[in-house]
Amino acid sequence: MSHDVNPLVILVASILTNNILLVYFLGMCSFVAVSKKIETAAGLGAAVIFVLTATTPINWLLNHYFLEDNALAWLVGPHLASKVHLGIFALVFFIAVIAGFVQIVELVVERFSPALYYALGIFLPLITVNCAILGGSLFMVEWKFNFMQSIAYGFGAGAGWALAILVMAGLRKRMRISLVPRGLEGMGITMIVTGVMAMAFMAFNGIVPV
Amino acid sequence: MMLSVYLVGVGSFMGLILLLTGLILVANKYLADYGECKIRINDAEPLVVEGGSSLLQSLYNNKIFIPSACGGQATCGECRVRVLQGGGEILPTETPFFTRAEVRAGMRLACQVKVRSDVAIEIPEEYLSVQQFQTEVISARKLTYDMAEVRFKLIDPDTIEARPGQYIQIKVPDEESPDGFVFRAYSISSKPSETHEVEVVVRQIPGGKGSTYVHHMKVADKVEITGPYGKFKLNEDPECHLLLVGGGAGMAPMKNLIHHCMETTPQRPVELYFGARSTEDIFYLEEFEALAKEHANFKVVYALSDLKEDSKWKGPTGFIHLHVDKLYHPPEKRQVFLCGPPPMINAVITVLEAKGLAEDEIFYDKF
Repeated sequence: MSHDVNPLVILVASILTNNILLVYFLGMCSFVAVSKKIETAAGLGAAVIFVLTATTPINWLLNHYFLEDNALAWLVGPHLASKVHLGIFALVFFIAVIAGFVQIVELVVERFSPALYYALGIFLPLITVNCAILGGSLFMVEWKFNFMQSIAYGFGAGAGWALAILVMAGLRKRMRISLVPRGLEGMGITMIVTGVMAMAFMAFNGIVPV
Repeated sequence: MMLSVYLVGVGSFMGLILLLTGLILVANKYLADYGECKIRINDAEPLVVEGGSSLLQSLYNNKIFIPSACGGQATCGECRVRVLQGGGEILPTETPFFTRAEVRAGMRLACQVKVRSDVAIEIPEEYLSVQQFQTEVISARKLTYDMAEVRFKLIDPDTIEARPGQYIQIKVPDEESPDGFVFRAYSISSKPSETHEVEVVVRQIPGGKGSTYVHHMKVADKVEITGPYGKFKLNEDPECHLLLVGGGAGMAPMKNLIHHCMETTPQRPVELYFGARSTEDIFYLEEFEALAKEHANFKVVYALSDLKEDSKWKGPTGFIHLHVDKLYHPPEKRQVFLCGPPPMINAVITVLEAKGLAEDEIFYDKF
């Protein structure tokens, strides 16, 4: 992927063909834990969409103006900037931004939906360490997106994750009345179904040129 | 050159952290600020409170004391109120305490309801007359090796209007609780006519927060109590026979009822059955025997279930419900009050039902 890809294409690609959960298998922990009920899955999905959409462009700005090679030229001049490499701080910067936004999400959820707040429990603050979120920021750097592309990618990755957990919650709702072999109940069958879903999503390959 | 990398790196990281902290503070200001909310109680004039804290806490700040033993952690299930409007959805922490019908009726635990908007609630009228008292210990004595009797003098306010058989709550300092204190409920053992004092009888529970606190009280200690609570209504008819059966700290409310009856209706027939293990567990016996000599209509039976071989005890032995079975003949007009450990209460209820008493005629308190 590069600068000339239309952000809309990136949006579709990150939801379907490059789904952050079903293709890269990031954010599995809360995906398995919170997909038991559709309402909580939708709540966590929305929270992840918000955090990814907000943090990916912010981290893009941080990366572009502070962390990249020569990024500091606007601050300290081109000569010094070529010698200072802040790239080593990337992980710390990214995770600080993510942690900050998760705090805000927590405040919002507690205010507007106490029932969801209790239902999500520890998994709400744990969005901070949801690898899908940090993964979004790191992929955005890796693939050299521009700012608009990073917005599209952040939202798309979040929407893809929310889509996956919602589908999973829907399937698990049906699964409650189906006969699952004793040893596979719960976690086991969830992992298998996730694998099958991932294969199904491969069918989307080719609908966008990335 | 390496140094400048660190300086710029640390500097910009600090800048970022400050920025994020500022953002969170702003969000907190707007999101956690609920402004002023109105709480309407039983269709009365609404209270205006600062939103954001629990209903229990908001009511407490406005001198309305809902019983609560756990300090707002949704473990005791005491602070039941009916929320008619504005409490939000019932939380998973509350559902175990209510039946489906109660959930439909809007029952909630006041400690779990956050006041975020105007709310309307319904609480038993008696909670509204509950007051908080500053008190001072005027006597504290051991009745047995594990039973203490403590008497408080009410200072502010100095008068309590309690019905016979009601209870109070004592504010117990507790470092583990988020509020710094918990409440523990104890029956009033002093007469209702003694309106300036409150006495309790408390059994030491190993590791118990409340009982340990009470057992270590000394004269002149300052203690905060709230009360009176309790739904029990004594039938004041002087001809109505009153049966009291209990054990251990169940003595407290029974002592209260006996003295009340002997004072207000001296001819009223009253029978007290008290079950204990051994002679070491006996207290108040002499006091009641003296009272029985004065009042022919008052009968007292103490029975010991776990008598030691060398004991000098000449009185009845065995479990107390067997004595109730043998000696109690239900008259036409009757009232029954049981207070003690659950197995004892259950055994007595079985005996009374066999004697033809209906379930709703028996008032009991198991603990």
